[in-house]
Amino acid sequence: MSQATAIQDRKPSAGGINRTFLWIEIKRMLRNRRTVIFTVLMPAIFFFIFGLSNKDQLLPNGHSYGQYILISLTVYAAMTAATGAGSQVAVERAQGWSRQLRLTPLLPGAYIAVKAAAALTLSLVAVIAQFVIGALAGVTMDPQIWLTAGLVAWLGSLVFAALGLFVGYLMPSQNVMQILGPALAILAMLGGLFMPIEIMGDTFGEIAKFTPAYGIGQLARSPITGEFDAIWIVNVLAWLAIFVGGAAMAFRRDTKRV
Amino acid sequence: MTGVPAVRAAGLHKSFGKVHAVRGLDLTVQQGEVVAFLGPNGAGKTTTIDMILGLTTPDRGEVSVFGRTPRAAISRGQVAAVMQTGGLLRDISVRETVQLTAAMFDSSRPVDEVLTRAGILDIADRKVEKCSGGQQQRLRFAMALVSDPGLLILDEPTTGMDVAGRRDFWSAIRADASRGRTVIFATHYLEEADAYADRIVLVRQGTIVADGTAAQVKNLASGRTVRATLPSGDRALLAGLPPAANVEYDAGRVTVRTSDSDSVVRYLLNNTGAHDLEVVAHNLEEAFVALTADEPGTDADRHALEGDRA
Repeated sequence: MSQATAIQDRKPSAGGINRTFLWIEIKRMLRNRRTVIFTVLMPAIFFFIFGLSNKDQLLPNGHSYGQYILISLTVYAAMTAATGAGSQVAVERAQGWSRQLRLTPLLPGAYIAVKAAAALTLSLVAVIAQFVIGALAGVTMDPQIWLTAGLVAWLGSLVFAALGLFVGYLMPSQNVMQILGPALAILAMLGGLFMPIEIMGDTFGEIAKFTPAYGIGQLARSPITGEFDAIWIVNVLAWLAIFVGGAAMAFRRDTKRV
Repeated sequence: MTGVPAVRAAGLHKSFGKVHAVRGLDLTVQQGEVVAFLGPNGAGKTTTIDMILGLTTPDRGEVSVFGRTPRAAISRGQVAAVMQTGGLLRDISVRETVQLTAAMFDSSRPVDEVLTRAGILDIADRKVEKCSGGQQQRLRFAMALVSDPGLLILDEPTTGMDVAGRRDFWSAIRADASRGRTVIFATHYLEEADAYADRIVLVRQGTIVADGTAAQVKNLASGRTVRATLPSGDRALLAGLPPAANVEYDAGRVTVRTSDSDSVVRYLLNNTGAHDLEVVAHNLEEAFVALTADEPGTDADRHALEGDRA
């Protein structure tokens, strides 16, 4: 039978990265009301509560406090978005989708790449939304500051996409974001995104330097503070390595257990 | 037509902790066969299917699909499966689910075509979470058709469906199998295996206890038991019995399991000194249960266990 021979002679698939996959992933995220609340609404509310009142106070170097807070909260929005997107693997595992995907040619690496790309898309939405809210509220900055700070917040969110994947593969919970949400708020606070490191006191100021939101926050605000320290980059890369390593380990454990 | 077998499994073993789920299972399925994998819950059907699909690695033994490893066959879209539960994203539509599945393969059938063949084109825009159990099962079937696989595996596909849903589902599968696709389905419903398979593989405690056409296995499982007291001098005459599944002689009593009890009775009364004759009928379901019951201590079991130690 010709059909039978055709089946035997088929070539292996390339592994599954493509636009349809990415597009459906992005649609799923944007349809999720909870994701939108965490990534757009909450940081916006924080900005209106903490940012607006101090918007026009000036930092020692002449930049406004409003800029400082807007950039910090944009980093927070981007990291929440990326973590939320990554952690969706927990839901997919619970629904048996990860297992179903093992019956397709999709390669694990391609799956992770699509997840990371979807996470970056969502965090880009978060960054843009935050900046639009800030601009509408009257925060002004030089174009290159908007751009640099936005890029750092956006690309830095990759660290948190890895955190989301890590936790998503570790936990069976459908409501993984209910745990991650508060945890991210604590990390944001410790990392100096809700209040400047300088006013946190010596102990917390020292602890802050070892937390995962610290490096990204400092780098993103660097254009307005005028400061730079290579240790911030070390902080970002170290946490990226830790979360990617953890995610890879949790992923392997998950696919082995049947 | 012959070509390589769709499935070739040799000496498969799989344990989960202390549970020895599959114990030395051998199975070859030729292309174009429709095979029912029949057995009670816990017989090792799902574990075997998982090994054929590469979802589980056998502890011992080998399995190939179209002459390749399961993973290589999946990568070529040669095998697809309809699993019992799960495997669906609740937050996307029926059509999106099939589109997403199609996107994983290099070549795939048109989405609307497989939706039509699975009978769910009319609910294509419905969210998966709003679909009934039967509709979700047809969606899994549509997803399995996307890569136009040579081998389709269904693991208890009609569990939880009502009678009408079950009938519709099977008529879709049967229409599909008539186009030459190899189909293996696991079930614990004897009627399903009887109605839809041309070959039935009966599994019990991780090994195959019977393998044949539906008629052969039915004969094995159905029929009646004839018992009679027989003078030991007449034992040699038992060789003249009409074909029977099983003949035993013990302590002056002969026990014959047969699908043709009339002929056996006629022969015993006409040609031997048999007396005190009794005929016990089993219905199909009871016979099936008897054949697959989880009682340790039979010969088949002992062989399997000895094999394990060796």
